Amino acid sequence: MTSPILRRDLLGTAAALVGTAATLPAAEAAQISGSLPWSPSEGTPPPVEPTQPYTWEFFTADEAALVGAIADRIIPADDLSIGGKEAGCAVFIDKQLAGNYGKGTNYYLKGPYRPGTPQQGPQTLETFAQRYREGLAALVAFCASKHGGAAFTTLSAADQDALLHEMEAGAFYTGPVTSTAFFNQLIQNVREGYFADPIYGGNKDMAGWKLIGFPGARYDYRDVIGRRGEKLDLEPVGLMGRPGWNPA
Amino acid sequence: MALKRPKADAVIIGLGWAGSLMANELTMAGLNVVAIERGGWRDTSTDFPTSMDTDELRYATRRELLQPLSVETMSFRNNPGQQARPLRDFNTYQFGWGAGGAGSHWNGMTWRFLPNDFQTYSNTVAKYGKGRFVTGLTVQDWGVTYDDLEPFYDKFERYAGTSGKAGNIKGVIQPGGNVFEGARQRDYPLPPLERTRAAELFDIGAKELGLHSFPVPAGNTSGAYVNPLGIHMAPCTYCGYCEFFGCGNWSKSSPNACILPALIQRPNFTVITESEVMKVNLTPDKKMATGVTYIDKQGREWEQPADIVVISAYQMDNVRLMLLSGIGKPYDRASLTGVVGRNYANQTVSGAGVFFENENLNPFIGAGALAQSADDYNSDNFDHAKLDFIGGANMLIHSTNGRPIGSANVVPPGTPRWGSEWKKTYKDSYQVGNSIYNQGNSYPHEDVFLDLDPTYTDRFGRPLLRVTFDWNENDKRSGHFMADRAVEFGHAMNAKMVFRNEPTAKHFSPMDNLSSHTTGGAIMGDDPMTSAVNRYLQSWDVPNTFVCGASAFANNGGYNPTGTVGALTLWAAEAIKTKYLKSPGALVSL
Amino acid sequence: MFTFRRIVVAVVCLGFLGVIGAGALYAFNRAYYSSQIAETAAPAPTAGQIARGHYLALAGDCIACHTAPGGQPYAGGLQLNTGFGLVAASNITPDKDTGIGGWTTKQFILAMHRGIGDHGKRLYPAMPYTAYAKVSDADLTDIKAYLDTLPAVHHDVIANQMPFPFNIRLMMVGWNMLFFDLGGQQYKNDPTQTAEWNRGAYLVQGLEHCSTCHTTKNLLGADESGKFLQGTDLAGWWAPDLTSNKRIGLGSWSEDDIVDFLKTGANDRMVAAGPMAEAVHNSTQHLTVPDLHAMAVYLKSLPASDDSAPSPVPANIPAMVAGRAIYAENCAACHALNGTGVPGMAPAFVHSPSVQAQNPENMIRTILAGGHVAATEINPTAASMPPFDWKFTDAQLAAVTTYLRNSFGNAAPAVTADEVAAKRKEIGARATN
Repeated sequence: MTSPILRRDLLGTAAALVGTAATLPAAEAAQISGSLPWSPSEGTPPPVEPTQPYTWEFFTADEAALVGAIADRIIPADDLSIGGKEAGCAVFIDKQLAGNYGKGTNYYLKGPYRPGTPQQGPQTLETFAQRYREGLAALVAFCASKHGGAAFTTLSAADQDALLHEMEAGAFYTGPVTSTAFFNQLIQNVREGYFADPIYGGNKDMAGWKLIGFPGARYDYRDVIGRRGEKLDLEPVGLMGRPGWNPA
Repeated sequence: MALKRPKADAVIIGLGWAGSLMANELTMAGLNVVAIERGGWRDTSTDFPTSMDTDELRYATRRELLQPLSVETMSFRNNPGQQARPLRDFNTYQFGWGAGGAGSHWNGMTWRFLPNDFQTYSNTVAKYGKGRFVTGLTVQDWGVTYDDLEPFYDKFERYAGTSGKAGNIKGVIQPGGNVFEGARQRDYPLPPLERTRAAELFDIGAKELGLHSFPVPAGNTSGAYVNPLGIHMAPCTYCGYCEFFGCGNWSKSSPNACILPALIQRPNFTVITESEVMKVNLTPDKKMATGVTYIDKQGREWEQPADIVVISAYQMDNVRLMLLSGIGKPYDRASLTGVVGRNYANQTVSGAGVFFENENLNPFIGAGALAQSADDYNSDNFDHAKLDFIGGANMLIHSTNGRPIGSANVVPPGTPRWGSEWKKTYKDSYQVGNSIYNQGNSYPHEDVFLDLDPTYTDRFGRPLLRVTFDWNENDKRSGHFMADRAVEFGHAMNAKMVFRNEPTAKHFSPMDNLSSHTTGGAIMGDDPMTSAVNRYLQSWDVPNTFVCGASAFANNGGYNPTGTVGALTLWAAEAIKTKYLKSPGALVSL
Repeated sequence: MFTFRRIVVAVVCLGFLGVIGAGALYAFNRAYYSSQIAETAAPAPTAGQIARGHYLALAGDCIACHTAPGGQPYAGGLQLNTGFGLVAASNITPDKDTGIGGWTTKQFILAMHRGIGDHGKRLYPAMPYTAYAKVSDADLTDIKAYLDTLPAVHHDVIANQMPFPFNIRLMMVGWNMLFFDLGGQQYKNDPTQTAEWNRGAYLVQGLEHCSTCHTTKNLLGADESGKFLQGTDLAGWWAPDLTSNKRIGLGSWSEDDIVDFLKTGANDRMVAAGPMAEAVHNSTQHLTVPDLHAMAVYLKSLPASDDSAPSPVPANIPAMVAGRAIYAENCAACHALNGTGVPGMAPAFVHSPSVQAQNPENMIRTILAGGHVAATEINPTAASMPPFDWKFTDAQLAAVTTYLRNSFGNAAPAVTADEVAAKRKEIGARATN
């Protein structure tokens, strides 16, 4: 093989590049050379915090009430902290389902659908939004069948827990899979709502972070890393700050 | 008809660590280099600044910096008798996406593999006999030795600003470092990171057991640093947002922080982002590459002609691109012939959950590579004469990722997953729970391989890569042995509760997120019948194509792979600069 | 990059002057000055001459204005928005039709020294010819020799895109007469100073045209006397004081600090950002260390501007308390809790001239929209400041700015939320999330 590389010097190739670049279609904007791209106020900040009172974007009012009630059983209010509902978990999940997560934008949902082994992970082609719509409807029906048509939200805490335990164990189907899969989804999303940054609609007043002593969106622990094993009691900070950022 | 760009001296597929390092070396040598990156441009202050970075949901839970699965995923099965299914949800395979690749969102553990890891076959045969290999194991030497790579490990550590403590400088053992490591020419460019309470507890256990404790070499800077390209790095602040996160203050080794600022200034470098390479184009006789075909952001097809093609995507995608392009003979399980897709390996993970009493581990203070470890049971650092397996694992305790969503499962086994009891247990466990994590050697087996899926396709309709993997008998024995060591260690640390963790006792699942360190599939070697690339990462079949990345590992070490990816890429770049450019053609004659 | 606002003011006033017998003045000026330069039969330039010319063109930062974004180098087209219309920098490649290929060296010197372009067209002082007038004929001859070696690019630039009446180039005649010594202003060595000092003065006053940005302009847009390099507002950026003032100028910097800054884009305390990042990237990084040192020696000899330090704002007022919290939780990761920064990449705030500057606009706009910093051959890092517009309210941003200006040994007037709001609007930064 003969290599043109050997016949060209740096200046030659560089000049050739400049010469040809101008002839390329301008639409090829994703071509970068020369310097680090930069422009003012660039980047994609997290979403704007939901307003109060909140208008449901994905859930119906009944679904929202049901998810709030479930959140309160997954993370109950007690002397340690507020419950999942008050923390805003239903609002959090609503916003998630109304957005890219609910649409499954980043997930692989191409067919064909074929059931797999547990090691191969979930195989449903439904988006998370569809799974909620279907899963909540199945729970409503299951609850009605067990409690003479009563709604989940009207049950005692003990009855709600008993129902959720059955759901966790796979007592009914949502689509082609047992209710266990949807219950796992609920646990995960309720935890997310309780512990994600408050900007997403849950974790009210950083209650989840205060529960375990997580200091939040801090970026520098150099001043405390030497205090090994000490209880630090750092006040949590959210992406949009904390009350102490406002000049009183 | 594809649009055609002017010819480049070299085209680089994928601008992660391997692609960035290669582009850096080749542009410094005067070549006109075009890199094509599937994701977008990524820059610290725009894409993951400190002001946005501390967002667990966005980056760790939803994995925003990773390649979306809708772009491409893998299909998976445990053995050749099963039908593979696509991995639809985020899982253990973590493809990079965007300039910097997975090097933007890795943890930063910057290891050198042990000398034995490159020559496990010959060392094992000499020391324990051929019978030591379990049936079907396809262990083979790499064709390079640790000594060959030492200068390039050193070079990579200098570029990356690695923090650590040497254990062996020119044969002189350095107490406090990894006394088992191969001889290095000099210490790390930066001293080790600060210590945490977890590290102190680990030292107690190591001392009790007579093991050699040392800080993990870290791609997190223990102080301000200037690398050989003149690029400055800031000191690590121990924010703990490393894995799945970009670093907001230029203190984690990454192509974005360590290479791209210098590379992008060179007039002979261009990167085309948001464009995916479809295949490497070959001459009709398939003996030379003529460049690549890619689809740009607007969906148009382009040809980028080049004299040299460097495939430096993620390990799995390197293999997939070779298969899609027809470079090298695909591995065939039935006949045990072919090389592309062969010698895939993972990481033999085991360990123990440990929960202490009256401790404040402050797990939110951390760094991706802030860990204390012991190498006494890694590779052949201990005598296997009375054992029935080869290899072992590095054992470590990690101070990072103490975030509330991800830590919600760090509770003693048996704890309910929800309700007040879970809540109370989580609150009590958060400050006292951690684990001994054993990151084990993984050796290839003839039943474990990569090929193209017959059913499932990516966004462009091309076949997904199919992964066929389960633990082999050596993995199971090694994993069992190492889980025992971890339990022993937990007790030696005076943990109140110790919980054995032996994933090798059940079938492997990518959904368990044990380790993202997948290797092999386009391995290097001395024999074209058993390796896809030669010792310079040059394709045996298409000599103007080089395949850089963990795909070249003939087996996996008991470590994170990035240090070795860096060293191998720099070694290959040196061969291109000093040998190939002078005499283009096969660098190893048969 | 240039004092557009001032220029605009000048142009408005000159509309008045321009109508008064401008033609006569023009004729006089051109004839008078043209006669001063001999048209030489141009011998072929030597390689050394071209190399010198290249170096000098870099020193003059010609490329900054005479290259459009994404365009061919020196082919012109960068549009300078004056607020009253656009002035586009011309094509200075040797293209005969659209560039300066047809120009003689004499014509070139005339343009550089007097602002008189092709066919007698007046240049707007967006072209800093008042500074270039200091440059020697020999140096300009070399620059022209270098420009003649560039690839000729056919690129027709409509230079003057201002609407009437600002497009009347003849208005500039009156301006020149007022502020531009008719006798020419080539730099003359000061025999009482060292050769190095004189070299530095020649570069600072001439090709590097520092005063274009760093000197207050009078109502008509010319340098205000007695304010040389004492800092000024520059279309929304504060071009800082370069005198030996220890608090707000270069008084606390060593000569080596200045050299490092200009050569690498940063030193142990500061990084070049905003318009200065471009000046360093395009121009000063390419100068030799002896030349940069000469500039440093000269700058350090400038007497300190008048200044009296205010008392620091008390640490216990609400803005300072909030500012401290905001600083610790947002800024310290790069700039360090004690304000010492990271050498070569993140500015230090301890006794900081830029933090205490007369006008806090650089800080406000940089915290709002982020800041691009210089990338150089020696230090390519370019660790940009990320934007905080989406995160900080006006009051929060004012608080942290006030805190910085009154901590770490600094003392400067507090910043108000209204100032932040105005800046947010002016630069088009985002509202708070």
